[in-house]
Amino acid sequence: MEEIVQAFFNREIATEALPIVLQGLLNTVLLSLLVVPLGLLGGLILALLAHSRSPFIRWPLMAWVDFFRAFPPLVLLILLFAGLPFAGLELGGFACVAIAFFLNTGAYYGEILRAGIESIPRGQVEAARSTGLSGLQAMIYIVLPQAVRNVLPDLLSNTLEVVKLTALGSVVAVPELLFQARQAQSVTYNATPIVMAAVIYFLVLWPVVRLLSRLENRALAVRG
Amino acid sequence: MPPIVSAKAIHKHFGTLHVLKGVDLDVAERELVFVIGPSGSGKSTLLRCLNRLEEPTSGSIVVDSIDMLSPRTDINHARQRIGMVFQSFNLYPHMTALGNVTLALRKVAGKSRAEADVLGRAALERVGLADRAHHRPAELSGGQQQRVAIARSIALEPRVMLFDEPTSALDPELVGSVLAVMRSLRESGMTMIVVSHEMGFARAAADRVVFMDHGLIVEQGPPAQIFESPGQERTRTFIGQIQRH
Ligand SMILES: Nc1ncnc2c1ncn2[C@@H]1O[C@H](COP(=O)(O)OP(=O)(O)OP(=O)(O)O)[C@@H](O)[C@H]1O
Ligand SMILES: [Mg+2]
Repeated sequence: MEEIVQAFFNREIATEALPIVLQGLLNTVLLSLLVVPLGLLGGLILALLAHSRSPFIRWPLMAWVDFFRAFPPLVLLILLFAGLPFAGLELGGFACVAIAFFLNTGAYYGEILRAGIESIPRGQVEAARSTGLSGLQAMIYIVLPQAVRNVLPDLLSNTLEVVKLTALGSVVAVPELLFQARQAQSVTYNATPIVMAAVIYFLVLWPVVRLLSRLENRALAVRG
Repeated sequence: MPPIVSAKAIHKHFGTLHVLKGVDLDVAERELVFVIGPSGSGKSTLLRCLNRLEEPTSGSIVVDSIDMLSPRTDINHARQRIGMVFQSFNLYPHMTALGNVTLALRKVAGKSRAEADVLGRAALERVGLADRAHHRPAELSGGQQQRVAIARSIALEPRVMLFDEPTSALDPELVGSVLAVMRSLRESGMTMIVVSHEMGFARAAADRVVFMDHGLIVEQGPPAQIFESPGQERTRTFIGQIQRH
């Protein structure tokens, strides 16, 4: 028992590791603030393109989305980080994470937004167009606000996954929460920093999970 | 005076389906034209061609001297002059009544928010809903929603209004309020093309009744003539059917 406490819940080590781990938390927050908007932007572009009637846009787009949804994000990340240098392109861990997330999470956000857009009855756009709004204006003022509201639980749920996935950054030496905890662990020869990271992830994400299930219940109540 | 709406030889195909087979329709300024016909005869498609929500396969459409089918026409600008009211209202559920009415005023007509609010309130006043300006569509009755939809159109001061079965989705006791608004619009001199089954309204307010069947105008004339002594067998059959209901 004493050994377990020493190895996993060591107070001294915790005090020593705290600044390092908190720096990791800060970086995870910053990383999330970068990759979530980036993924949303990629998703929005995909969803708007998916609206196009031209098969020359639609087919490549479907292939693109399928490809990046099927591709494991970790493999994508390592391919960018370890593979591109062979093509003479060295991007650094941070840029690789940004690109990988733009491609991978963009595909997921894109599918969610597309479903949201398709859930809006055609009559909404027709009414808007009949008053002279352009297609783009109808999208911005009429379709998107309603679409986003309809798929808000899915968007939030995907965002939760994206934030969790930022831990992948540790593989390419981005000093986010997991990476910093691992650093502290290797310096102190103790697992306590990892436990701290786990607790922090939980404390930060658990409220989001609660919010999500409340949103989902409300959505069910509205539908039922 | 030239007609304000002039549609000539309109054909519309949906794939292999030939829905409009050469429709000619001229509407004079201040005229109320009432369109009737069996389900699937192409009434909605004709209206939707007039403001180009549907692209006619061939033909010509001139509204208020604007060639609606010319590629050089700014269709978004042209559509401001043609109001359209739908069977299912199609109000924007995430905006208030006033928001619904002012959106195009601001984004298409280029009014400031303050100007748009003044014009929007005046339009709501005309349909008797000034006191509902800040209600969402979900908080309004069907009849009120349809009147907001009418306000949304008339706020842009269109030259022509198209109505596609404006009262068909309403509970019977709410139909009257919408018809009353339409009648007052007519009295103000609005040119109107109305697809509807409200024969009482047609008799009281229409200048001309147009009977369509299978994508063609079969017969047209003053309401009394079409309802009392139609010249065509098909018209007679149709009038007989709807009057039995
Ligand atoms: N977007 C579309 N794609 C394919 N077919 C269509 C489309 N819109 C209408 N049609 C077809 O065109 C025909 C005419 O339809 P339209 O809606 O104009 O008839 P209508 O006279 O308004 O009928 P109703 O009284 O039922 O409203 C119908 O056979 C309909 O199925
Ligand atoms: Mg119809």
